[in-house]
Order: sequence, then structure tokens, then C-alpha cells
Amino acid sequence: MIQIENLSKQYGATTVVDGVSLSIERNSIAVIVGTSGSGKSTLLRMINRLVEPTSGRVLLDGADTRSEPAHLLRRRIGYAIQGHGLFPHRTVAENVATVPRLLGWPQDRIRARVRELLQIFQLDPALYADAFPHQLSGGQQQRVGVARALAAEPAVLLMDEPFGALDPIIRAKAQEDLLEIQRRFGTTMVLVTHDMDEAFRLGHRVAVMSQGRVLQYDRPAVLLTNPADPFVARMTGISDRALKLLALTTAGEAAMPGSSDGPKVASSASLREVLSELLWSGARSAQVVEEGGAVRGELSIATILARARP
Amino acid sequence: MRRWPSSTYGARAGSNRGTTLELRLAITSHAARIDRLGLLLSLVGAAAYGGLPFVIFKANRIVPGEPRELAQVLPAWAALGLPAVLLLTALVAIGIADARRRLTAAFGAIGVLALTVAAAANALTPVGNKVVRVAPGAAFWVVLICLGLLATDAITRLRPRPLTRVLLLALCIGGGIAALLHGPFDNLSVMREYAVNAGRFEVELLRHIRLAAGSLLAAVIVALPLGILCHRTPRLRSAVLGTLNVIQTIPAIALFGILMAPLGALAAAWPVAAALGIRGIGAAPAAVALFLYALLPIVANTVVGLRRVSRAAVDAAAGMGMTAAQVLARIELPLALPVILAGIRVVLVQNIGMVTIAALIGGGGLGTFVFQGIGQTAIDLVLLGAIPTVVLAFSASVLLDALIEALERTPSGPLESAA
Repeated sequence: MIQIENLSKQYGATTVVDGVSLSIERNSIAVIVGTSGSGKSTLLRMINRLVEPTSGRVLLDGADTRSEPAHLLRRRIGYAIQGHGLFPHRTVAENVATVPRLLGWPQDRIRARVRELLQIFQLDPALYADAFPHQLSGGQQQRVGVARALAAEPAVLLMDEPFGALDPIIRAKAQEDLLEIQRRFGTTMVLVTHDMDEAFRLGHRVAVMSQGRVLQYDRPAVLLTNPADPFVARMTGISDRALKLLALTTAGEAAMPGSSDGPKVASSASLREVLSELLWSGARSAQVVEEGGAVRGELSIATILARARP
Repeated sequence: MRRWPSSTYGARAGSNRGTTLELRLAITSHAARIDRLGLLLSLVGAAAYGGLPFVIFKANRIVPGEPRELAQVLPAWAALGLPAVLLLTALVAIGIADARRRLTAAFGAIGVLALTVAAAANALTPVGNKVVRVAPGAAFWVVLICLGLLATDAITRLRPRPLTRVLLLALCIGGGIAALLHGPFDNLSVMREYAVNAGRFEVELLRHIRLAAGSLLAAVIVALPLGILCHRTPRLRSAVLGTLNVIQTIPAIALFGILMAPLGALAAAWPVAAALGIRGIGAAPAAVALFLYALLPIVANTVVGLRRVSRAAVDAAAGMGMTAAQVLARIELPLALPVILAGIRVVLVQNIGMVTIAALIGGGGLGTFVFQGIGQTAIDLVLLGAIPTVVLAFSASVLLDALIEALERTPSGPLESAA
């Protein structure tokens, strides 16, 4: 668990982060979202002390982060950034092995861990381990960047716009992969982005920042249904908030007992996607099926519409 | 900037108007089959061979020389052998694209050229006569330069790996030295001067290398940390680079003069300094001047090299828990190294050339022969200093270029897709 207590950063007379307090639960994803210059990156970088706070403190599992040297702290915290930041003169395997090497792991363990990670991130070790970063595609480079951040099995992973440089299709895939990784390892993640859709897709809790302050920190549904501030409402988007709300719930969660002769939809699909499918096909209800093919239940348009309101 | 890389040692091919015009006609009509560089070199070489003296005969080392025809000096087969070989080489240079054959032809012709001039010298020198001087004439030098360019071009086309290039250089220089010392070249004027100065030559050569490399080493020790510091503190950067730029604009001779007074005073005030060899004249001011000139290229290239390193990579390195020293040693310096080495290459080549001038203030080195030769109007003695200087500078440049390329060599291009 990460506790941020009354954290501030001032550069001369300018206050970049202004008295922020947040609590990020273990095994969850917190997303900090805001416009450029809102102080979101500075807030993230104060967690691993790449930026030293002017006042306030950060507790990691109850211990003040200042109780150990900054570089030792950072070796326990994963860090991935926009544009991946891979070392161009090191191979993929050497890049991934960076933190384990700093920690002095034995060679065998490093080699096994690099192999494992490359496989998890769908990069064939035989083909990619000895490749150099510039030989990879943008999506592959980004995956190596995240794999490198996770190499030493950190309990916490910080990410600063990790998917900012990717095109939309690859970005969607990268986001899915990240959720999968989070479920698999239970890593506590803090992610900074300026993209509200990305925040809603990934975040268990989302902090909206403006001018160094956190305006609201809550579950995505609450941000949509109960914005604390006109700025939050503007950030979350008033015009399509009903559809955004539908996008937060899956068909499996909303399905009612029964069956339908309408189109079949996966239980992992969002209500927004199911509604779109129903509008397109002209059917009144859809059949919700599990991955294996078992019928989960049915979803009528009325059920979906009821979920589109607070 | 004034004395930055002037690495164009080699030919300034003298072109006369008619040749250029003919050349242009030839290129437009036979562009597909004819090698343009080969044609140009052949025409320049042929013009020189036809119009300029090949050997110069002097009754002693100071009187003006008079040209001699090969046909007067050598038996007919030897006098005709050289033009025949040169003609053959020209045909290869113009008509054959294969780089290995071009290289073989160039090296072979250089060998025959050298043996012919040696034979002429031996024929012109009465046995036991140590006063007569026979020097290669302008035609020899122009043809030699043309053949050298042909060989360099062939090597470039072969694109040898860095190590191969270094081995090739060592082979050429080793072979050249062995041939000069143990071959039939003793009666050539430059080798006569060498024979007279053999003991001093070795001393001055070593002194030359020591002065050039020593001041470089000192400059690297100071400039590298200074460059790193300048990279970190932008305010320092403009001040330091500005100062070094001003030093760079002072002419070498003037700088030697400026340094004489303080170093002389230092020696007078501190006998210890004098005992260490620090004096107003001699190697000390030369070394200090070379050191000062060397700072700018190394500091500037260190700053540029470090600035070129991706900020994201440095940020990621720090964010993953490298200490500042680890980020510098493992990420920043390795990535900046090729640019830093390029600066060191400039300095080394520049130093080797400038040490020559240091002889003026008693600094020693190969320049000693150059200035003595000028003083005695003995051109052969000038060459004894100048030729090894050029060879040294050229070798330094090849060595460091190979090193830079070896460091930058990482596999490029897309991976073969197996999936």
C-alpha cells in the first residue's frame, strides 16, 4: 500500500504539486489523470524520489520512503516511461536484466527471469533476446520497457504515460496486456496519463489533477455520476457520460437469468459494446455467453439503459 | 574554426584545362563502362610522367638539381618496364571494376615505381661516392600519389572491417619500413639524409610521438571531466567553451611566445621546476600549448556526445535505481563515446602536425629536420621530417576511425521474422 501524505513540490516561487494526499491500495491500479502542467508526472516521480518533495511524505507499506537511499528504494519499485527509455547499446535481454543485475542476482536466475518475462510479453527469446532495441517495432519496444520495469518482481510499478507513443490499435492491446499482468502478479500500479478513456479503462481508482491539486480521487463510476467539481465533469466528458458509464460494466456483470434468441455477446464485452450490437442488429435483447460457450444469461435493452443513469 | 581537421593529406591533383575538357567528353560518351576516378588518375599520372622530371641529379646536397631521363640512366628494358607497368595499371584503373584487382595493380605499380627510382639512383651514383644526391622528381611523386589514391579507393570499395583496416595499415607501414631499411634504396637522397641522421631520427621520432600523445593524454584527463561538468551545468558550458575558443584562435607560434615568459619565470623562481624540465623554451611550452589546443575539441565533443544521449534512457536508468555514477559509466559515457573519440581523433591528428612547429622553440620532434632542412636549403632533409609526420598523422587517423567504427558496430536492419 502506498500512502501519500500532504505532498508538495515547489520550484522557487512556483508550486507544482500542492498538498496532495492519496492512498493507493495493494494490488490495485491507480491512475493519475490531468492536463499537461497539472503536476501529475511530478507527483509520480516523488513516489520513487526522482523528485524530492518540498514537504509531506510517502509511505510504502507503512515505511517512510526517505528511510533508505533513493537508489536502493528505486530498485524495489518498477519504473516505465513514455518512449520506453530502452538503452540503445544494450540488447533486449541486457535491458530487461538491468535491475536484477543492480541487485546482484546470480546469472542463472537472471537468465531464467529474462526468458520468462519475454515469453509473458509474447517476445520469442530465441529471436529477440539478443536483438537491439532499434530492431523492434514500437509496440515491441514498449513491451520490453514494461518487462524491464517488472524484472525484479517489484510490488509497485510506476508508469508515466507508458502508452503515449503508441498508435490506437497497439495501445488498446498494450492496455489489455497490462490488465492481464496486473491480475497475474497482483502488482500495485500507479499510472499517469492525460487520456481519460485510458484512465477509465485501467484504473480501479482515478485521481483527477489540475494545477498541482487532486480535485477528486474515486472509482471511475463515481467520477462520472458524481463529479466533485466542474473541471472534473469537463475532464470526464459531459456529452457522452452515459456511454462512458456503460463502458465501465461488463455484460457478465449485468446479465439477467434467462435466455434470448438475439445476437450472442461475450460476457467480457462492455455494456456499451452490447448496446451498439443491439442497435445495429435491431434485436431487443442479447444472449450472454461465457468464454467456453455456456449461457450466462440475457441482456435486454431496458436493462442496459437502466445502467446508463446514475 | 582555424585548425580543425585538415585530414586531406595527399594529392592536390594539378589539372590543366585541356585534360579536364577531354575528361568530360570521355565521361559523357562512355559513362557506363569507364571508371571515372581511374580515368582521372590515369590522365593526371600520364601528364606528370610525360611532362615532369622523374629523377633529379645533384652534384652535392645544396646545389640546384638537374633532371635526368630514365632512358639515359637505365638499360632499355628497365627504362621501358616502368611505363609498361604504369600503362597496364591505368588500363586496370579505367576498365576493371573488381576492387581486389585494382588494389593488386596499385600495390604492384607502387613496388615497380620504387624499384625503378632506386635503380636510377644506384646507376647515377658512382660507387663509394657519398656527396652525389639523387632525388625522386616531381613525376615520381605525382604518380605515387595517383597510385596511392587508387589503392585507397580500392580499399574503400572493399569495405574492410575495422580490424582488417588496421592490419592492412600495419602491413603497409611495416613493409615500407623494411623495404627502405633493407632494400636497394640507400642511394636515394632522403635515405642518404637518414643514414647521416639515423641516430637522431629515432630519438626525434620518439620525442615527436611522446609530445603528441602525452599532451593528448593530459588533455583527455582534464577535458573529459570538464566536458561532463559543462554538460551538467549550462552556465559553465558557455564560459568554458568561450574561453577555449579564444585559445583556439591564437596562432601556435604566438602561443609558444606567450608561454615562454611565464614558464621561464617559473623555472627561475623554482629550481625544482627547472630540474623537471620546465623552461621558457624546449618541450615544456610546446606540451602546454598542444594541451591547450587539444582541450576545445575534446570538451566540445564530450558535451555534444552527452547531449545526444536519449533523455528517456537516462531518466529510465535513474528511475530503475542506478546511482549517478552508474548512469554516467554505464549509459551516458558508452553512448557518447563515439563522438568523444571523434574529438580525440581530431586532436591526435592536429597534435602530430603541430609538434612539427614545436621544433622552432627547441621542443624537438621531426620538425627539427624540417627547420634544419629549410635553413640549409636541403630539401631532402625537409622530406626526412615531413614524410614520417604525414605517415604518423595518417596512421593515427586510420587507427581511431577503425576504433570508432568498431564501437558503433551493432547489428542493424530488421530482424528475420521467424514467426
